Amino acid sequence: MKFKSVFDIIGPVMIGPSSSHTAGAARIGRVARDLFGRQPKWAKIHLYGSFAETYKGHSTDVAIVGGLLDYDTFDERIKTSFEEAQKVGMEFEFIPETGHVEHPNTARIVLGDDQAEMSLMGISIGGGKIEITELNGFPLRLSGEHPAILVVHDDRSGCIANVANCLYKYDINIGHMEVSRKEKGRMALMVIEVDQNVDKEVMDELAELPNITQVTRIAD
Amino acid sequence: MEPLFHNVRELVERAEKENKLISEIMIEQEIMITDRPREEVMKQMDRNLTVMEEAVEKGLKGVHSVSGLTGGDAVLLQKYMESGNSLSGDLLLDAVSKAVATNEVNAAMGTICATPTAGSAGVVPGTLFAVQNKLNPTREQMIRYLFTAGAFGFVVANNASISGAAGGCQAEVGSAAAMAAAAIVEMAGGTPQQSSEAFAITMKNMLGLVCDPVAGLVEVPCVKRNAMGAANSVVAADMALAGVTSRIPCDEVISAMYEIGQSMPSALRETAKGGLAATPTGKWLEAKIFGGAVVGSGQ
Repeated sequence: MKFKSVFDIIGPVMIGPSSSHTAGAARIGRVARDLFGRQPKWAKIHLYGSFAETYKGHSTDVAIVGGLLDYDTFDERIKTSFEEAQKVGMEFEFIPETGHVEHPNTARIVLGDDQAEMSLMGISIGGGKIEITELNGFPLRLSGEHPAILVVHDDRSGCIANVANCLYKYDINIGHMEVSRKEKGRMALMVIEVDQNVDKEVMDELAELPNITQVTRIAD
Repeated sequence: MEPLFHNVRELVERAEKENKLISEIMIEQEIMITDRPREEVMKQMDRNLTVMEEAVEKGLKGVHSVSGLTGGDAVLLQKYMESGNSLSGDLLLDAVSKAVATNEVNAAMGTICATPTAGSAGVVPGTLFAVQNKLNPTREQMIRYLFTAGAFGFVVANNASISGAAGGCQAEVGSAAAMAAAAIVEMAGGTPQQSSEAFAITMKNMLGLVCDPVAGLVEVPCVKRNAMGAANSVVAADMALAGVTSRIPCDEVISAMYEIGQSMPSALRETAKGGLAATPTGKWLEAKIFGGAVVGSGQ
């Protein structure tokens, strides 16, 4: 079941005019910012399908920028997000694409600052619900609605067990988990959806485990 | 965790077997799936209801979108009702005007509650605040109205689609109207089965509805589609309460909607490339709003 809560249907409370093109877009932007971990300095936003065709009319552009500024779907500042972005010194560019994608409401956000760069692909599946389908080239499925931990690691035996053991130690229940890798034995990514927010203490301990490159989280 | 129901048949059967309202089944499922106390779940829906009330109120005072394509029609409808000369009757027109009010607020980038989407956010509150005058529900019954609508929307979202880009306007305003019809029936004292009949009757009559927003905006024809969706749901609720049934079962109507959405060309699924968006005036309006070559003579 893609839609689990009644509030996916009756909700979200949001700034109009479109749940998939405005609220969903804002959420994709916000998850990107969450995963980046701080305010990006620049963002290149590629739009596909219906997003590319109608983004100005649906305010998809101001919504994504609002999300990148960490605004929720009902934050009235979404309406003036372009000006707000200027204030915090974030540059952005919209690139409507004509290429084929699986879902009609797809955005690829490439963002970064002086230290790092990140790329994320998100789809807006209706009613404000989204899924993150790709992160830095790794295919994944992430709703953004549950707290989640993302662990970049070397593809070695024991890595997954170590992470799971650490979560078990802190009594954190795993709701959904996916592991993907680009190539056998090379870099891999664990996506772990959990039932409660994860403290910094746990994050630090995960980062210290052998063969772990990077640990990030999305709070609820 | 497995939900308590996957389709309308299971939803109705469970409600009948346990002698509960559909809204109650939805509340119980929400508590189970999200592991939150009942009080919290009810409170969140109460807040959504308040957002809906405020949007209707704002729209009835008169709002206008940035493009200038929509706004002010809810006010016209209320004034017309007050004249006492309306043909379709006060309750129906009240539902229509309040649905329009909500969607005008949405088009003006105001705050709304998506039900199930923003483009279709007018129908459920529009009908709710209209039947409120007739049925005098308690606050809890009004909250339950939203859970009943949500239960049916949950089935559609998981078995078909509630997105215009995926399934056309039948998936958005069509679903909203059918959800509202089912909720009206429960509030009016009808049975779970009658809610399902009202849903099926409404959905059947919204099948094939394309999503063809002029200039890609959620304005034309969206606002008036919400009006007609609201009218459709009130009439279908009355039909079901009168004992009229749908020859095609609810779940099969939902499947048909999904199949139709799948075979709809992308020009008619929220791309602003077909239908009303592609008319000479539609293109003229688009050029006027967003700049670019003005095609056709326009208005």
